[in-house]
Amino acid sequence: MLAPAVLLLVVMILMPLVLVAATAFTDWHLGGGPPRFVGLETFRALLEDHDFQVAVWNTARYVGAVVPVTTLAGLAVALLIAECGRGQALYRMIFFLPSVATLAAMSVAWQMLLSPSVGAVPQVLRLLGFAPGNWLQDPQAALPTLAMIGIWSEAGFAMLFFLAGLKTVPHELVEAVALDGRGSVVDRLWHVTLPHLAPITVFVLVFSSIHALRVFDTVAIITRGGPEKATLVALYFIYQEAFSLFRTNLAAAATILFIAVVLALSLAQLYATRAGRSR
Amino acid sequence: MTRSRFTGLARHVVLISGAVLVLLPLLWAIRISLLPAEDVFSPKFHLLPSRWIGFENYARALTASPLLHFLANGVFVCVAIIVCQLLVAIPAAYVLAKARVPGLRLIWLAVLVALVVPPAALALPLFIMAAGAGLIDTYAGLILPWTISPLGIFLLRQAFLRIPDEMIEAARLDGLGEGEILVRLLVPMISPAIGALVIISLVAHWNDLLWPSVVVTSGAKATPPFGVMLFQVQEIGSDYGPLLAGALMIAAPLLVLFALAQRRFLDGMTWLGSK
Repeated sequence: MLAPAVLLLVVMILMPLVLVAATAFTDWHLGGGPPRFVGLETFRALLEDHDFQVAVWNTARYVGAVVPVTTLAGLAVALLIAECGRGQALYRMIFFLPSVATLAAMSVAWQMLLSPSVGAVPQVLRLLGFAPGNWLQDPQAALPTLAMIGIWSEAGFAMLFFLAGLKTVPHELVEAVALDGRGSVVDRLWHVTLPHLAPITVFVLVFSSIHALRVFDTVAIITRGGPEKATLVALYFIYQEAFSLFRTNLAAAATILFIAVVLALSLAQLYATRAGRSR
Repeated sequence: MTRSRFTGLARHVVLISGAVLVLLPLLWAIRISLLPAEDVFSPKFHLLPSRWIGFENYARALTASPLLHFLANGVFVCVAIIVCQLLVAIPAAYVLAKARVPGLRLIWLAVLVALVVPPAALALPLFIMAAGAGLIDTYAGLILPWTISPLGIFLLRQAFLRIPDEMIEAARLDGLGEGEILVRLLVPMISPAIGALVIISLVAHWNDLLWPSVVVTSGAKATPPFGVMLFQVQEIGSDYGPLLAGALMIAAPLLVLFALAQRRFLDGMTWLGSK
């Protein structure tokens, strides 16, 4: 009963992993001659590649912006919803909706919302006397704008995980603190709820980091890495190198580094949850 | 009392404002999809259409691009992926949870390794393999790489672990075969985990843009998100009303399912947190 799973595991995941790792140590280009082993030469070329440096920096800035805001927004919404009484299910559904909505299609919707000619946001800003820019075409503003869309599409997950965590906050503890005289909402939040949510917070931080690292759809639909490479991010760099520029070995080396970062994050998470459990 | 009523009210005001902001891109897209062409770029701002054109833009989107074909491709590919994932993952997870055979730990380790590998990182090697196997621009190329779900095996194994061994022993004593035990007794018991896997996979693969944009080269095999990419080079791309009508129709199937079965969706997605 295990045979199909083992076969597919080997052919669809482990073999591709070996293949991409092997390619990274050669000079092979798709459609080119037979591969030649070049050791770490490809990685050296990659680290010196200007586009790669730009992509790493952009990805770091994107993740650095998306992860904290996603986590805080998710936590804030979860805390607001958890005790809101009526309408809880409706709020939860609305705030999670962006995480279900097809991001490729929603990218077009965002483009229209922000478009200087037909967008709601620029038109409202103009009514208020501001001069809105063309954010998605502006090298300074394009990446932060995509980060905002990223937060919009990811915060629902953070909310969901925090809501699940809030359900496990022991009621007796909350009541004990309330009877203790430290009854204010802020006190209860600070002394009971937030410490209880610490392990979930670690999970949410790692989960949204891994998701933010994988940003691709908004870039592919809206900016295609532009303007002036301002939104060239890790996966889009790999995509371009592999499938438009056909620098296969370079794309493979970048893939290896990408997997290494994700792996490091997952291990950090495993370590953190272990440490949390043993406490 | 008045104070708690005030905080309750403030809470709802904040939540409602947040909800409106979150829905804004969707609402704006719906608005533009209902506008006649002359309103879209009109210098005078109309919040509502100056004349009601009904679903004309939606009809245009359906005729100006092979949208229905994209949607049909999306349904076919998602159903095929999910059925294969279940057929592969259910027996594998059962063995990994309940069998005592040497070597299982090694396979379990391979599942855990595969679980950590981001699918997006496999696009390049899978493309090389698909090209070698002649699967570029085929349904098989779209489906095969995702027939194995390490996450699915992981989730279902957790569910099987919660079933007591004595129950399976009792069924064996009653003369049931392993296949019968699995299909008739155990699968119904782990149906919440199966439901979670179906929903997680459905959302992931209906929305996936990266792999189709790698393996598909023609409109004939395009899935809905890749269809959005094709819109931009087609006539519809510069025609905002039909463009947004098309985008909305691509996002609609999941949104409608989500609205109808939101509990199942939210519970299913929460399972992602049990990794």
